[in-house]
Amino acid sequence: MTTAIIEAAPAGAVAATTFDPRVEGQRLIKDWYAGLVDAPRRGQHVANVFVMGNAVEILRSFDFQLVFPEINSLQSGVRKASAEYIRLSEDYGMSPDVCSYVKADVGLMLKENEHPAGRIPKAHLAIASNMCSTFIKWAEIWERWLKVPTFVLDLPGQRASNWHVRPGDAQHAADSRWVEAQFRDLIEKCEKITGKRFDMDRLAEVEDRVNRMVFHWNNVMALNRMCPAPYNAMLDGLTYIGIMNVYRGAPEGVEFMRKLEEQLKSQVARGEGRVAEERFRLLFSGTPCYVSMRRLVELFETWGGVFAYSDYLTFAAGGMDAGELVYDTSRPLESLAEVTALAAQRGLSNQFFAHERLEKQIRDYAVDGIVFHGIKSCRFVSSGMADTRDYLNKRLAVPSLYIESDLIDPRYWSDAQIKNRVDAFFEALNQRGGPAPRAAKTITSDAGRAS
Amino acid sequence: MKYVAGVDVGSTQTKAVIIDSNKTIVGRALLDMETSMVTVAQDAFRAALKNADITEDQVVHIAGTGYGRYKVTFGHEQVTEITCHARGAIALFPGTRTVIDIGGQDTKAIRVKPDGQVGDFTMNDKCAAGTGRFLGAASYALEMSLADLGPLALKSQNPVRITTTCTVFAESEIISHLAKGILPEDVLMGVHQAITSRCVSLARRVGLESEVTFTGGVSRNVAVVMLLEQAVGMPINVSPDAHFCGALGAALFAHDRAFGIQSGDRAQPALAAA
Repeated sequence: MTTAIIEAAPAGAVAATTFDPRVEGQRLIKDWYAGLVDAPRRGQHVANVFVMGNAVEILRSFDFQLVFPEINSLQSGVRKASAEYIRLSEDYGMSPDVCSYVKADVGLMLKENEHPAGRIPKAHLAIASNMCSTFIKWAEIWERWLKVPTFVLDLPGQRASNWHVRPGDAQHAADSRWVEAQFRDLIEKCEKITGKRFDMDRLAEVEDRVNRMVFHWNNVMALNRMCPAPYNAMLDGLTYIGIMNVYRGAPEGVEFMRKLEEQLKSQVARGEGRVAEERFRLLFSGTPCYVSMRRLVELFETWGGVFAYSDYLTFAAGGMDAGELVYDTSRPLESLAEVTALAAQRGLSNQFFAHERLEKQIRDYAVDGIVFHGIKSCRFVSSGMADTRDYLNKRLAVPSLYIESDLIDPRYWSDAQIKNRVDAFFEALNQRGGPAPRAAKTITSDAGRAS
Repeated sequence: MKYVAGVDVGSTQTKAVIIDSNKTIVGRALLDMETSMVTVAQDAFRAALKNADITEDQVVHIAGTGYGRYKVTFGHEQVTEITCHARGAIALFPGTRTVIDIGGQDTKAIRVKPDGQVGDFTMNDKCAAGTGRFLGAASYALEMSLADLGPLALKSQNPVRITTTCTVFAESEIISHLAKGILPEDVLMGVHQAITSRCVSLARRVGLESEVTFTGGVSRNVAVVMLLEQAVGMPINVSPDAHFCGALGAALFAHDRAFGIQSGDRAQPALAAA
């Protein structure tokens, strides 16, 4: 592998005019749900996994049909159905303070797994991890209610600020051995559940596809360093990250990401941005408000503001967007452990040491301001925002805005209050004279890579 | 003579201010909210015209602000009250670096940069605790007018502690304290302390810098002013026009549009969204 920087889109190199990422992404999600609904008929084993720290590569090598309960919950929000599921769980006795993803899933169970996208099959296995403490409690609900066997991965996180585990150092070697031992236990469990023998070659095949997806994904992310940004990280980007997670290691995922990169490169070559006149480049920090994301983006785009980057795209990919995280398919299991140990560090540190990464991303994506979105029902992703905001304001003098709603609980979306804050934020940016007129330009950094 | 106007349609009251080309306030009006925000905005504007003794055709530009700014249907532009309060506060007190605004349902803290622009702001979120509504709850529970609350609270010798987390709970807490025989002034001082504590916390988040200017309807409450000064450890600017500060800021933006930005103006006009 070599590392390269995307410095310019190859003008006219790619036509890719028939590929519509939004339409294709929606089709793939629809197909995935159809596959879920049909899994029991096919006699396919089903595994519940979270988007971070999930050992998907191993599960795919055993042909598990993957269910992402977080994505089920967010999809219920996107489809304006989350309020009903949340109400059911609160009627059952859950507190309004509990994660709304969990409550929507509990509501789903109370509705006998009837989701707006179809009936979600019961899992034969659930993988949780310590990347979010709620994951473990959530999996306990499946274990107790549905008798789903649960496997909890203990993934080492970042221990301190400015303390980075690097590939090959002693700590990373120890972390990798710890993770690999757990993977071996998981493989044994998968063999018992499925009755199949573990196939190392199949794992290598899956990893090869993940490598190719991540390669394109990194380039997709880097393309948004162009001005104007070809996509909105918090609208289009959510579709892309959805495909990255749901189809990770699947041929359809590789093809989608390849075409997406081509499409965006051709868009950049034509000088086409997400908004007609890009006036402000913004960074979105935090998790989305899926029930009102389109509305939120509209509030910003009305002012010519586009989200060029969001740390959610790193966080929700479990930290897999780092250039150095490439599987060595000649030793698949060891490499999986090594990369998982590093990806976990990145995914977790993205939340706990956000200021360090945001500082770099502010420069990389040449943003004019940061928007922090606090989540009412998730203090895990919201608690450090005030400190991070304060640090960035004082250290970098980057204007920032804090707004609050929820992942999928529509009761926390207050349109008038949020519009008021967004408008005031842009008024302040305008008072500063607004940004200088932007010529099409390329911002180079070290994130993009090519093989 | 030509004039401009600012109309601030808030959650509980609507304020209108008319200024002349020299930025002198010539008319004011303050009306309680009614069912129709459009109607009350029009009524406030007309009342301000009457107060200024001028006719509608003499007003060449009108800016709406406040949550109901888009209900100022006869206006020419809308600017958020955050930007307008900052602008108005600077006009009233040019040395302003921090604005604390306590309105009917909103409390906000605004950091103003030396050049007069908004540096940062923060507001209460989805909760009226620490806003004027908190005093409204006390006024209801004690069957007193809002104007009488502050002076009575200042007579307190042993203030009680009142929850700062929920206006609705605060009301039942007030009734509970009164039922126990605690003096109304001690209960009231507890209410005032609760409000002050919430809004000082907001102000610290944006960074408290001298001079601090207090705006909004609650700035007329002497007890809150005194407690704020104690909490921030510095004197606080309060103008007789503090209640009209948002409307004044809007009028000044209207002035920019009508007469152009003049030398000595520090705050640049806010541009409306496309």
